[in-house]
Amino acid sequence: MTSADIDRELERLLPRVQKPGRYTGGELNQTTKDWRRVLTRVAMIFPDVYDLGMANLGLAILYDIVNRQPDMLAERVFSPWPDMEGAMRQAGVPAFSLETRHPLDEFDILAFSLPYETLYTNLLNMLDLGGVPIEAADRTRDDPLVIAGGHAVLNPEPMAAFVDAFAVGEGEEVILDIVRCHQEWKGSGRPRLELLRSLAGIWGVYVPSLYDIDYFEDGTISQVSAGFPEARMPVVKRIVPKLPPPLTRFIVPYIDVTHNRIPIEIMRGCTRGCRFCQAGMITRPVRERPVLEIVEAIEEALARTGFEEVGLLSLSSSDYDEVLELVRQVSDRFAGRHVGLSLPSLRIETFSVELMDLLEAQSHRGGFTLAPEAATERMREIINKPVTTEQLLDTAREIFRHGWHAIKLYFMIGHPSETLDDVRAIADLCREVRAIGRDEIGGRAKVTAGVSTFVPKPHTPFQWVPCDSFEQIRAKQALLKRELRGPGLKLNWTNPRETQLEAWLSRGDRRMGNVILEAWRRGARFDAWTEHHDHEAWMQAFAAARLEPEFYTHRERPIDEVLPWDHIDAAVSKRFLTEDYLWSLEGRTRVDCRERCFACGILPKFVELRRMHPGDGWECPEVRSPSRMREDVIPLVPA
Amino acid sequence: MSSQPRSTRYRIRFKKTAGMRFTGTLDLQRTLERTMRRASLDVAYTQGFNPRPRLSLGAALPLGLVSDCELADIWLEGAGEPGRVLDGLRRAEPPGLEFLELEPVPDEEPSLQKLITAAEYRAEMDPDGADGEIQDRVEALVGKESLPRERRGKAYDLRPLIDSLEVETDSADSMVLRMRLASREGATGRPDEVLLALGLDPLAARICRTRLFLSTPTHSG
Repeated sequence: MTSADIDRELERLLPRVQKPGRYTGGELNQTTKDWRRVLTRVAMIFPDVYDLGMANLGLAILYDIVNRQPDMLAERVFSPWPDMEGAMRQAGVPAFSLETRHPLDEFDILAFSLPYETLYTNLLNMLDLGGVPIEAADRTRDDPLVIAGGHAVLNPEPMAAFVDAFAVGEGEEVILDIVRCHQEWKGSGRPRLELLRSLAGIWGVYVPSLYDIDYFEDGTISQVSAGFPEARMPVVKRIVPKLPPPLTRFIVPYIDVTHNRIPIEIMRGCTRGCRFCQAGMITRPVRERPVLEIVEAIEEALARTGFEEVGLLSLSSSDYDEVLELVRQVSDRFAGRHVGLSLPSLRIETFSVELMDLLEAQSHRGGFTLAPEAATERMREIINKPVTTEQLLDTAREIFRHGWHAIKLYFMIGHPSETLDDVRAIADLCREVRAIGRDEIGGRAKVTAGVSTFVPKPHTPFQWVPCDSFEQIRAKQALLKRELRGPGLKLNWTNPRETQLEAWLSRGDRRMGNVILEAWRRGARFDAWTEHHDHEAWMQAFAAARLEPEFYTHRERPIDEVLPWDHIDAAVSKRFLTEDYLWSLEGRTRVDCRERCFACGILPKFVELRRMHPGDGWECPEVRSPSRMREDVIPLVPA
Repeated sequence: MSSQPRSTRYRIRFKKTAGMRFTGTLDLQRTLERTMRRASLDVAYTQGFNPRPRLSLGAALPLGLVSDCELADIWLEGAGEPGRVLDGLRRAEPPGLEFLELEPVPDEEPSLQKLITAAEYRAEMDPDGADGEIQDRVEALVGKESLPRERRGKAYDLRPLIDSLEVETDSADSMVLRMRLASREGATGRPDEVLLALGLDPLAARICRTRLFLSTPTHSG
């Protein structure tokens, strides 16, 4: 089918599906180019529905970067909702891009964004809908290059059979390196394998087919070896030494989507060292954007989009060096312009209330969110988030005093050595906060507990730890449901089946690929959506692949086991993670590394970049020693 | 703390074209709000807990239809200059909207929703190949005294909602019907219902709203 054919079919199909505005494209700030005038066409794909995908900042950034180059174009593709997918399959309409309705298989490169693992079956489904061979080994010169990036690819092994090349780490520079490499190969007539080998030479790119995995009898990995000279061991993640100015040209959807706001990233990385948090570990080093740059970006983005909300995003906004100055400038500049400003991820301290007061000058409409994660001192020390109950209650009191009516508290259950008493303490704590609220503002006070279930993630100090069993999680959730009942109290929890899936996929090895394929064949799609989650399909898939689910989630792994993601280097060393894990067993906490550097491994790995970019932009210490270019240090990208 | 800046009410006439065919009323509202912000218009806001830009649409356009004649009332702070406001809106126009005219309207006038009484539609379909049949069907429908129908589980009579219905074109190349339907609160005829009553498939038709009728003669669309 050509894009003209697809146009015609859509005329017929769109009036019959839910939210047809998901599939029309044509929105303000979209970029369309003439296909005949560019050398490379890249499909930027978020494998879930439009409503979610349009909030993904990573995709928007890469779309903009590629489209700024005159010799390439980027167009968006999102997963059609099941009703539309059914209609498309029936009519023979392939997956197509929003901008020009070109079918997926006419693109040169398919670039998938994978921020989390439960999108995996949707990726397979998208390839199938696009007429592209699902298994990388089946693709020929004429098939598009399939690449993927995002946090989930820090353990790329479960998807190794389906993705030609993973972009590990930050995408801003590597995306262009990949496209240029492809351009160089495209006209040459050389076989596909040569493209893959060239890609492996790019810093941050992992080409799984160039590596071999050997296993012991018991299923653990005996070794991962490079099968070709280009294949690096390990593959070091890509970082940009200085964050470029924020994106301001956002596409404005016609329909309501999950986030109707301008996302501005104020800082990347995190220095807190919470042990359960993968994002904090894998996005290091911390690099901040200057206040002025942020304020100007907001101004420009508002003018270009007309959005009514702005989100100032980071993993721990209280740690942004000039957070007070930022809040002052932003609220001064945008007061009286009816712009909703949000600054999530604030520390649990009364100063945060002052900041929010300044920011939400007009009225405190929403709730105030805090993330204590644990409710007993013992658990807090284990996870390294040592906020005291007193701090939380003091902060809560200030929140209610300053005019907020509702507080949302995020907790996590399933941490190592957690008992029912630790869980009961969560309920007690919520009730105490509600009592404070009632003291301050009466019956209007509301407390919502958002309790997620911990999954020990790769590249964290907890990566060796087993997950809580299904029964244990159920019991803990049942306790919370019993205890958190009544006026002014609400509980949100995660479906334990979805957590199991997240655990299998994030901790899996290359053999998990068979499970993913079998699950997809049995109809697994939209796994992150409760109404579509099909646990049975996954259990059958494990059986068909002859693998045990518990192998991935419920084994306590020995410290010296070769983990499926060991050959991917997030630059936080295994030595550091091991030490931090052992500290957690003693309940020993670690301060924020802004206070003192713990040599986690980032600085030695990127020493030359730090030397080239001294000053406040990075939170790592300055590099003062004379330059000694070493083999194992990432060299600067050659000019 | 007394004097509120005087806000001025303006009526915008605009086209909703193919790009925004699948944008419903709530989303249209949001799109207009964003357009006004991009145009840096001094928009008046509602009072109360959740202030929103003062903006009033009337006669919701069913999803899937385009229109040459949509109306929206907006309120701006102070006395603006209509020409400049229209220019600002045009520069900030998203694909799918075309701003045609803007004029000030007395604030005391009732809401658009109350002013609009009827709407005219043009429905174009592929020819049915049956010579003159559509003319017969239209005449039969118009000749009926009542047309009992059901909408969302409630019974209603479609006939009194049809002010006029005629075949504009019935040729080998195309079939075009024109209809004028009542469009008031509690009494709104929908073009897809008329097509269904004629035995046609509304999903196969390309329907455009061509005119809105208002009860105040000076401001008809």
